[in-house]
Amino acid sequence: MRGLTKVFEGGIHALRGIDFHIKDGEIFGLLGPNGAGKTTTINILATLLKQTSGEAVVNGFDCLEEPHKVRQSIGIVFQDPSSDDMLTGRENLHLHGLMYGLRKAEREKRIEEVLRLVELTDRADDRVRRYSGGMRRRLELARGLLHKPKVLFLDEPTLGLDPQSREHVWRYIGGLVDEGGLSILLTTHYMEEAEKLCHRVAIIDRGKIIVLDTPKGLTESVGGDVVALKTGNPDVTALAEKEYVLSIEQKEGLLTLTVRDAKQNLPEILRLAGRVESVEMHSPTLNDVFLHYTGREIREGPEEGGYGTRMMMSVKRR
Amino acid sequence: MSELLGLYALWLREVKVYSRERSRIASSVFTPILWLFVFGKGLGATISIGGLAYDIFLYPGIIAMSTLFTSLFFGVYIVWDKRVDFLKEVLVSPLSRTTVFLGKVLGGMTDTIIQVTILLLLAPFLGISIGPRTIVLIYGTVFFLSLGIVSIGLIIGSVMESPEGFGLVVSFVAYPLFFLSGALFPIWNLPPWLRAFVMLDPVTYGVDALRTVILGGGAIPLEVSFAVLTAFSAAMVYIGTKAFERMKAY
Ligand SMILES: Nc1ncnc2c1ncn2[C@@H]1O[C@H](COP(=O)(O)OP(=O)(O)OP(=O)(O)O)[C@@H](O)[C@H]1O
Ligand SMILES: [Mg+2]
Repeated sequence: MRGLTKVFEGGIHALRGIDFHIKDGEIFGLLGPNGAGKTTTINILATLLKQTSGEAVVNGFDCLEEPHKVRQSIGIVFQDPSSDDMLTGRENLHLHGLMYGLRKAEREKRIEEVLRLVELTDRADDRVRRYSGGMRRRLELARGLLHKPKVLFLDEPTLGLDPQSREHVWRYIGGLVDEGGLSILLTTHYMEEAEKLCHRVAIIDRGKIIVLDTPKGLTESVGGDVVALKTGNPDVTALAEKEYVLSIEQKEGLLTLTVRDAKQNLPEILRLAGRVESVEMHSPTLNDVFLHYTGREIREGPEEGGYGTRMMMSVKRR
Repeated sequence: MSELLGLYALWLREVKVYSRERSRIASSVFTPILWLFVFGKGLGATISIGGLAYDIFLYPGIIAMSTLFTSLFFGVYIVWDKRVDFLKEVLVSPLSRTTVFLGKVLGGMTDTIIQVTILLLLAPFLGISIGPRTIVLIYGTVFFLSLGIVSIGLIIGSVMESPEGFGLVVSFVAYPLFFLSGALFPIWNLPPWLRAFVMLDPVTYGVDALRTVILGGGAIPLEVSFAVLTAFSAAMVYIGTKAFERMKAY
């Protein structure tokens, strides 16, 4: 897609020039806070909305000129549930197979396959009404895959899932592209999800892409490790003078530093930091990246705590 | 071919949901039964029209009334589809908007025809006997009337965002169509201004056709009624497919 913009009636500029290209077999992440324009982007690519300007091409087909061919190429899992809860899981899949023109033998085979994939085989004949939120999400993921799309759109695929189910879904998604022939565009505001799953991530905020790189490239762009100290009276000026300290931020007794070679320099930092209650060190997460580029945190749930090479230690002063 | 499979899918969904909501079936036949056996019998005790007891005279009108209300209010389900986001699933599928529209229409017509069938089973209790030829003509009439009216309901539904809003707008359409249709009274002796309105109401032709085939002696020749109903339903289907093409998923 190139130079995509979308202005809604009422003058909300949801997208202000979005550019990216997803490669074959790639998992591409759109990461951004609420209202960033992630869903709007997907809706345009899925031909549910028309862009105000710019060009959107999916699987070689222009979304405005050949929407029919675009729709044949894609599968989508919407942010909100969109299955019929009066029907059973299997019936929902059956209807989907019919709508995509799958013939009986192929249809039945695929339904069993995708049910197995999302581990819903034994609940397939229950009405969706009786599913838990996570089961319903998995059913819709299965449905998005049923007709073997070339491009799969996942709008916050793990929203509202417990950590276990989330891990579950990550594993499927990871496995899907390994089989080949599928590219995935997924949106999320979970850092961890983008880091674990995506080959490349675009951070989007207020309708603009702020930065686009591999998760690794993004974290490296921050330039060092993050050291967070809970401390009373740090010698901020002395710390700021050290050449290995890249940035320094003090907020309510919490001192956050970006530090090159943090492991070697930690002892000296601790010496200068005054009466340290606790110290936490981690290689930068995408949250730090977001902070780095926008100066704001992505709002996220408390469960987003301990990921990566994060270490927690309590240090008592001798 | 794929479009046909899709059409079948959309229809199948409507039928399954309908058959699972027993209360919907029960409530949809409850009102016509009240009309027939309370209103009809009540007035029928003292009033007869053209030599027929009022409840007998009323019977074809009540079939048309059920067709009108069930078909028109069926449009609310497209509003619900928007609400529960099932519509998005349908609109991102490769199916054409015409198929999406026709699938919904077939669903509404099926509901209507099931309901009419239940009412036909009541005929013996009113002492009305219906032969095979009559049955064919009844279903033919109901088919075209319902095709047109379901389309109207869906056209309104395609531009509405809330079921409550839909209910309000549809009541404005439903009651004039019902009262002007001659379902409750004979139309051969009306004051000219009223007659003009009555003849503009497409439901009038459905009522009169049903009355002609069930009881004999309608006010309009059967061929004319059928021609009007066919033209009316074709026009509504055409407008409906256009309305669905313009419909937004949001
Ligand atoms: N139908 C609409 N009409 C008007 N404005 C809209 C519409 N849909 C979205 N917007 C606006 O567009 C902007 C982007 O919304 P979008 O749904 O794309 O965000 P998002 O990144 O998906 O956020 P979230 O994480 O909350 O899902 C928001 O400011 C939103 O208010
Ligand atoms: Mg969204």
